[in-house]
Amino acid sequence: MAPRIPLQSPLQHSDTVATAGGVDHHPSQPTGWRRWLLTTNHKEIGTLYLIFSLSMFFVGGIFALVVRAELFQPGLQLVEPEFFNQMTTMHGLIMVFAAVMPAFTGLANWMIPLQIGAPDMALPRLNNFSFWLLPVAFTLLLSTLLMPGGGPNFGWTFYAPLSTTYAPASTTFFILALHIAGISSILGAINIIATILNMRAPGMRLMDMPLFVWTWLITAFLLIAVMPVLAGVITMMLMDINFGTSFFDAGGGGDPVLFQHLFWFFGHPEVYIMILPAFGIVSAIIPTFARKPLFGYASMVYATAAIALLSFLVWAHHMFVVGLPLVAELFFMYSTMLIAVPTGVKVFNWVTTLFRGSISFESPMLFALAFVVLFTIGGFSGLMLAIAPADFQYHDTYFVVAHFHYVLVPGAIFAIMAGVYYWLPKWTGHYPNETLAKWHFWFSVIGVNLTFFPMHFAGLAGMPRRIPDYALQFADFNLVSSIGAFFFGASQLLFVLVIILCVRGGKPAPAKAWEGAVDLEWTVPSPAPLHTFETPPVFRQIEK
Amino acid sequence: MRSHQAEGVRKTVTKTIFALMGMFAFAFALVPLYDVFCEVTGINGKVSTSAQQVLSNEVNRDRYVTVQFITRTSAGLPWRLGVETRQVQIHPGQMTEVDFTFSNRSQSASWGRAVPSVSPSTASAHVRKVSCFCFQEQRLDANENLTIPLVFQLDNTLPEDIATVTLVYTLYPLEESNERPIVARHMNNKNGEI
Repeated sequence: MAPRIPLQSPLQHSDTVATAGGVDHHPSQPTGWRRWLLTTNHKEIGTLYLIFSLSMFFVGGIFALVVRAELFQPGLQLVEPEFFNQMTTMHGLIMVFAAVMPAFTGLANWMIPLQIGAPDMALPRLNNFSFWLLPVAFTLLLSTLLMPGGGPNFGWTFYAPLSTTYAPASTTFFILALHIAGISSILGAINIIATILNMRAPGMRLMDMPLFVWTWLITAFLLIAVMPVLAGVITMMLMDINFGTSFFDAGGGGDPVLFQHLFWFFGHPEVYIMILPAFGIVSAIIPTFARKPLFGYASMVYATAAIALLSFLVWAHHMFVVGLPLVAELFFMYSTMLIAVPTGVKVFNWVTTLFRGSISFESPMLFALAFVVLFTIGGFSGLMLAIAPADFQYHDTYFVVAHFHYVLVPGAIFAIMAGVYYWLPKWTGHYPNETLAKWHFWFSVIGVNLTFFPMHFAGLAGMPRRIPDYALQFADFNLVSSIGAFFFGASQLLFVLVIILCVRGGKPAPAKAWEGAVDLEWTVPSPAPLHTFETPPVFRQIEK
Repeated sequence: MRSHQAEGVRKTVTKTIFALMGMFAFAFALVPLYDVFCEVTGINGKVSTSAQQVLSNEVNRDRYVTVQFITRTSAGLPWRLGVETRQVQIHPGQMTEVDFTFSNRSQSASWGRAVPSVSPSTASAHVRKVSCFCFQEQRLDANENLTIPLVFQLDNTLPEDIATVTLVYTLYPLEESNERPIVARHMNNKNGEI
């Protein structure tokens, strides 16, 4: 189902190539599987990332469906509680580190060079390496499920000492897998920063960049800042487990609360790593289909930067119930609420871009509009959770589960799907089947809300998260959630079908596949040839 | 890639690698920084791990503070930690002595350590321990009982809104070690002199 990018001679590559005797960079271009293993082309690596992410989306999805099947009715029916815990943990880890993050990196690989007029990423061989680390990391992580004692069962947040003193024997493999995945993210971030800062088309200033490029630049800086902290935390865990240190063991003078501080110092910026590129995608799609320039471009950039900076000051709002002193509760409560301001600026700008636009509702636009509405619902429940005294009631209930699934599924994942539908014509040269795509959209919207909206009620009524069994009064909400989850899961098969059909054929797309699209990627032919912008475009002439 | 671009990329990569190494070191630096921060602000319920001087003997007779004692044993240590009384009423400034009894209920010797914590955490800076079993590790022979006093004072600057202070001691097992001095026995001998 990989988009077949036809190998063409350099002179055909893009309409901007004018140099005589265009050099063939790959005299011995490998074919077959070696082509994909050894590729240094940003488009092929982007495709690999996206296929990997899609496969892991289904693996993580199956884990979620095991959880939902067990929760279909009260009592223990299908799986043992120990296996249930492994499923919730693996679902979280796979979705965060193997589905959402690689999907954004894949989109960055494909689109950033095209959007800034660069011939490739700055470090193509490193790019290949950072992709191929991922299958290694997640094969290792998934293999822990088959090990004696089972895989990680302590939740994706792996709080010590649950993940050290009381952890299964496979935890060392989990740590190694996370290290490898972290190195992959870090290398990807270095590459993206180096590309954006050095390889923009002549005449393109930072404030001329498309917002997807901007949001990814800021995301990459967040990755550089916090992935080493994650690496540090899991290294400390490794030493506590294997080398007798006591970073998180109170008996040896350590402190379990320190683990939570360190983890969330990584973990909260990580949340924004998973949403900022989504903001960028939506900021590209809404102006295209509203046929108006984005309202408040500069304020979008500053709001993104503000969210990124604030993300370092709010981590302890995940820890309101560990016994923080009052002054800390207040500080983290107010700083968290402050994030609603730049986020509100973004939502305002999207809505204002739509205002009096000539809107058409193709599938990318449908997903982007659903993103704006449903992500905002997730934002509001986040504000409720930010109220420290109220969080004492909500903490570790299904209300939290509802909140972060609203910002991640109809947030990050809908934005990724919107981006896929938006750029598929550029990748494959064909429009996706619009009828099927619309069915996919409506099934997804209904499925998401059916799954996650009742979780708000179950949580407010007191249902704790991460439990395989529950009190009878939660039965109806869980029944609805489980039906919704299977409906949503099944409708994603439609997504795969649309992509396969689109790769194999469909209505041919012109270079500028959408009427209102303006960015540089729409100046190269569809499908984008393997090599583009070998001679940099002159940005001003194209744009203004 | 053109050469000035290659140069720019090299510089950017160098800078990001330095930032990466800095952040990795920062994560480890946070461990001691966290302890220092908690000690300075006293917001973690942690108290000094060594004996402190009595600041003043002036007792505020007008004010009573309830001090509660909670003892817990973590998994893996067959010990019990008892306390002669669960609760005392004292005045700020008043020197107080409370006996704690360690009992090893297994048939073999083992090492343990009681880790203290104070609640509310804002009171921790005002608890002055002159002598505490929690300053040392203990070794108990099979079925041995060991009584050690806690001598402490709540200083006069204890905030007015604090009426109850809870001292929590959690026992943790330690690996057998011959290098550790047998401090507990030493203290036990001096018991009468404190």
